[in-house]
Amino acid sequence: MTPEPGPMVEAKNLVKHFPGVFAVKELSFSVGKGEIFGLAGPDGAGKTTVIRLLAGVMPPDSGTATVDGIDVVRDPEKARQHLSYMPQRFGLYEDLTVDENVRFYADIFEVPVALRDQRIGPLLTSFGMEPFRRRLAGQLSGGMKQKLGLVCALIHTPKILLLDEPTTGVDPVSRRDFWKILYGLRGEGVTILISTAYLEEAERCTRLALFHQGTMAYCDTPANLKAKMPGKLLNIASPEAREIQKRIQSLEGIAGALLMGDHVHVAVDEDQKRIPEITRALSEAGLPFDPVTVTEPTMEDLFLALLKKKETGS
Amino acid sequence: MRWGRIRAIAVKETIQIRRDTRSLIIALFMPFMQMILLGYGVSLDIKHLPVCVYDREGSQNSQALLKHFQASEYFSIIAVLKNYREAKAALDSDRCRIVIAIPHDFSQKLSDSGGSTVQVLADASDDNTANIAIGYAQSVVDGFAGNLAVAAQGFGGSPAMQNQGVDLEERVWYNEDLDSRNYIIPGVVALIMALVGALLTSLTISREWERGTMELLISTPVQPSEVMLGKLLPYFAIGMLDAVFCLVFSVFWFHVPFRGSLFALFFTTSLFLVVVLGVGFLISAAIKSQVGASQIAVLVTLLPTSLLSGYAFPIDQMPPLVQGVTYVVFARYYVTILKSLFLKGSGLEDLARPVLAMGIYALVVAFLAGRAFKKRLD
Repeated sequence: MTPEPGPMVEAKNLVKHFPGVFAVKELSFSVGKGEIFGLAGPDGAGKTTVIRLLAGVMPPDSGTATVDGIDVVRDPEKARQHLSYMPQRFGLYEDLTVDENVRFYADIFEVPVALRDQRIGPLLTSFGMEPFRRRLAGQLSGGMKQKLGLVCALIHTPKILLLDEPTTGVDPVSRRDFWKILYGLRGEGVTILISTAYLEEAERCTRLALFHQGTMAYCDTPANLKAKMPGKLLNIASPEAREIQKRIQSLEGIAGALLMGDHVHVAVDEDQKRIPEITRALSEAGLPFDPVTVTEPTMEDLFLALLKKKETGS
Repeated sequence: MRWGRIRAIAVKETIQIRRDTRSLIIALFMPFMQMILLGYGVSLDIKHLPVCVYDREGSQNSQALLKHFQASEYFSIIAVLKNYREAKAALDSDRCRIVIAIPHDFSQKLSDSGGSTVQVLADASDDNTANIAIGYAQSVVDGFAGNLAVAAQGFGGSPAMQNQGVDLEERVWYNEDLDSRNYIIPGVVALIMALVGALLTSLTISREWERGTMELLISTPVQPSEVMLGKLLPYFAIGMLDAVFCLVFSVFWFHVPFRGSLFALFFTTSLFLVVVLGVGFLISAAIKSQVGASQIAVLVTLLPTSLLSGYAFPIDQMPPLVQGVTYVVFARYYVTILKSLFLKGSGLEDLARPVLAMGIYALVVAFLAGRAFKKRLD
């Protein structure tokens, strides 16, 4: 056996700041071979910037980023041979067909023609895109476009995939297909960094980093993160959800209240003690609501609770 | 630099041009339109100028002179007037540009002293036309009898010239028919190539930024110089195609003589294309929107090329400061070369200076274009 390999992706003290804001503040982390490393957090938390820094399309102000041991800043062209980057915005040529796009990226990465033609067919077939080979990329559905993006990203068999919200705006079925492919790639030893806005996706990652204002607030396995969630989460359904969210903040033992349409998710320290208190307070205020229940935290709840915990230092 | 990646970019770009109506129109239709418009529209010649005549004598001699005017291709007599009032009215109302008045003692003076005078009243509000018309009138009169003088009187503009009675023996070289179209068309070719070339490439980089394809492209190992070469190659081919079209059109449609060597033409055209394509590429890399880039491209090619390249307005007639500026206008060298190739039949060795200037220009622009766009987001 070869000795234990170093991290496939490593960031050390990465800093990037834009006029007025720090997009990334002193960020350090490393990702091992075969991991699916998730980046989660609200818009503007710095996820996209982190991925861009790692992809070498944006230089950091300071700090280093390495992929497979190659410094992205000092030797970007060599680093790019080993990675594939899928930007958030569809980056392929809409006026080129599926085939033409894949061939273009194969040629740009100097995949030998014979090998290229040998790979394209099976790759497109496994993605269910064989029937669309002659269709213009611009005429594909959202899910198909993202799959095509992945095919183009995989044509040169990179060791590392950097995916920036690849499933945003994609229907749930296509999203599930997409993840099946990612698991398959992981099985082949590809290291994947993926940013996402969906909790059910975040839970599929082997490790998850929660970003907040350019820093990594938490980084752990999804199960461990959930275990860190203090107290319990309550669900209150009401046509006056907004009013309830406002009122409830002032009550004792409330860690946070999150408005979710006509529901309010309330993080509390202890469910058995707080449910009767909340019920009484809301009834006295004369607000209509369904019985208060305990619920599973969503990504946002987890976030809110964990960030609150961080701020209060408890 | 890797040929495989250059070819990949070139193939991709070719497919995109083929599927983009706007590029196709600029590449294939615009040269044709401009050849027609500028070839026919811009002429510095005066032919069949409307003339009124006022024959105060009405003799055989005076009628013979007027027949000479009528027979000349420069003039066509549209009215015979009866007095000076009518002459003034005709000029004022733009019915004619000049009036030829023959004095009542025309024949008598001719027989008495062997010399007589014919009066020309010219509308000099367009002084260029007036001067040319007076010159033509002089030559018609000279053709009639050796010793007639034209007493010219200008209206509105600068004072018209007075014939000095000096004989000039003319030998016109290179453009023997003195046809201004022969002088204009080679310049039109340069104008078209500059406009089409810069306009097409001005879109190539800005299009990638605008459509969001650049972010992915710069994450690949492709080099900026490879992107430049790959993108410019198809446009170079189109530019050459347009050059052939312009040449064929000039020679076979407008009958402009082409006396130089085809090798010299295509060699210098290649240099010029490198410059204009490179300039368009530089603009495209600097300005990330297609509309902005194409407007700048028109601005930096059309205006200097039409005004300062010497295509229609001779550079040596410009004020010294403006003459200095023309050295920066890359089209000036190509216009000089084209005119010499078309009309004089000069060889490359005669054109060493403009060819060298253009070669230096091409090198500098290619060098800058090769590193024009940075593989990074800002």
